[in-house]
Amino acid sequence: MEDKLSEVVLFGSWYSPYTSRVKLALKLKGIPFKYVEENLSNKSELLLKYNPIHKKVPVLLHNGMPICESLIILEYIDEVWNHAPKLLPEDPYQRSRVRFWANYTDQKIMPASYPLLLLKGEKKQKAIEDMEEMQRVLEEGIKQDFPEQFSFFNGKTIGLLDIFMGVNCYNYKAFHEVTNSEIIGPKNPKIFMWVNALKEHPLMKDTLPPHDKVVAMLKTMIAPTPDV
Amino acid sequence: MADLKLHGFWYSPYTMRVVWTLKLKGISYENIEEDRYNKSPQLLEYNPVHKKTPVLVHGGKPICESMVIVEYIDELWPQNPLLPHDPYQRAQAKFWIAYAEQMVPVKTAMIFSTNAEEKEKAVEKTWEHFKILEDHCLADKREFFGGEKINIVDIAIGSLFAFLVTIEDLKQVKILVAEKFPRLHLWFDNFKNVPIIKENFPDREKMLATMKYILQRRLASS
Repeated sequence: MEDKLSEVVLFGSWYSPYTSRVKLALKLKGIPFKYVEENLSNKSELLLKYNPIHKKVPVLLHNGMPICESLIILEYIDEVWNHAPKLLPEDPYQRSRVRFWANYTDQKIMPASYPLLLLKGEKKQKAIEDMEEMQRVLEEGIKQDFPEQFSFFNGKTIGLLDIFMGVNCYNYKAFHEVTNSEIIGPKNPKIFMWVNALKEHPLMKDTLPPHDKVVAMLKTMIAPTPDV
Repeated sequence: MADLKLHGFWYSPYTMRVVWTLKLKGISYENIEEDRYNKSPQLLEYNPVHKKTPVLVHGGKPICESMVIVEYIDELWPQNPLLPHDPYQRAQAKFWIAYAEQMVPVKTAMIFSTNAEEKEKAVEKTWEHFKILEDHCLADKREFFGGEKINIVDIAIGSLFAFLVTIEDLKQVKILVAEKFPRLHLWFDNFKNVPIIKENFPDREKMLATMKYILQRRLASS
């Protein structure tokens, strides 16, 4: 039987939401790990060795073997350290819905977020509207798939979708400030309640970067040209 | 018998994945062929977010997204398991499935390429992906991505390659070149000859005719 207490190393970046997902999962499960902060403009040889195909963070190293891609890493963690709290529900149908919404987040919401920062004028407005529509879809979907959700999707403890949502939306105020928008708000009451509950969760507060640091980071990503 | 319905397009690699999975496990289901130009109200109700196929409906509950469906089936019907048991191997399998998805936009670019240069570029990009599969997954000369038996990775990549044949026919270009990618080429031959896959492999001429039609309609409406 493998020794589950063998060294666990996480290669990541403090402002990468994908890295934060893995940090949260490891902490939630009480798994001790060594964290290696990567400079993404000067990636370490180890990172390139462990993720030669994509050369990206996060990479989880367990027993010297690398696992890449945050969703895959989270499922791996849940399988290897299969004690409570579980990241994914036990019921196969519920699991399929969690995976569906995880994919929706990664395929639709995440790719739209960064470009929004860079757009100006009408294109920016359109991007904001598209993002708001995605939040609406998420809101409707969650109401339908998880109608009895209490604070968090697993009930009292956080699970995979809470991690995804928490990481993305914890600093929604920073995003709003920098883009001059209001994407997360009372118009999506279920999401708004969920996000605010996540913001208060000690694990989120403990792990995710603070507002000011995120604002500063987002501002450096924006091109310094005035609105047209 | 389980109450299973599959809404799909026979020519879509994503539907193929689910069909192959069900057949490999000997699971009966009702096949509902959807018309992409006139999707059924049931489909739109079952997948309101993406409005796409495939959708598997089990006891009235919809499961969407081909690989989510395949995993769901594998969890509920464990005979002929498609996912490895070992968590690390499972993570590796999922990595390669996700990697294969990266080939899809390139294929789309190839289908819609309007000149030789664009086509060439798309082929080159595809070859980069093929090289990675050849060197990283098949280096140990295994018969299938799953080893001695096909697994979820074979199904995911096999479905995309089935479609690749049609692209080759459509654009009159050889992409899976045996001399360049001997292991990948051999793998695909082996895969197509697995009895259940062979019995359920799309008809080449029908595929070409269907894609020509879809392309024509698409270009006409743009």
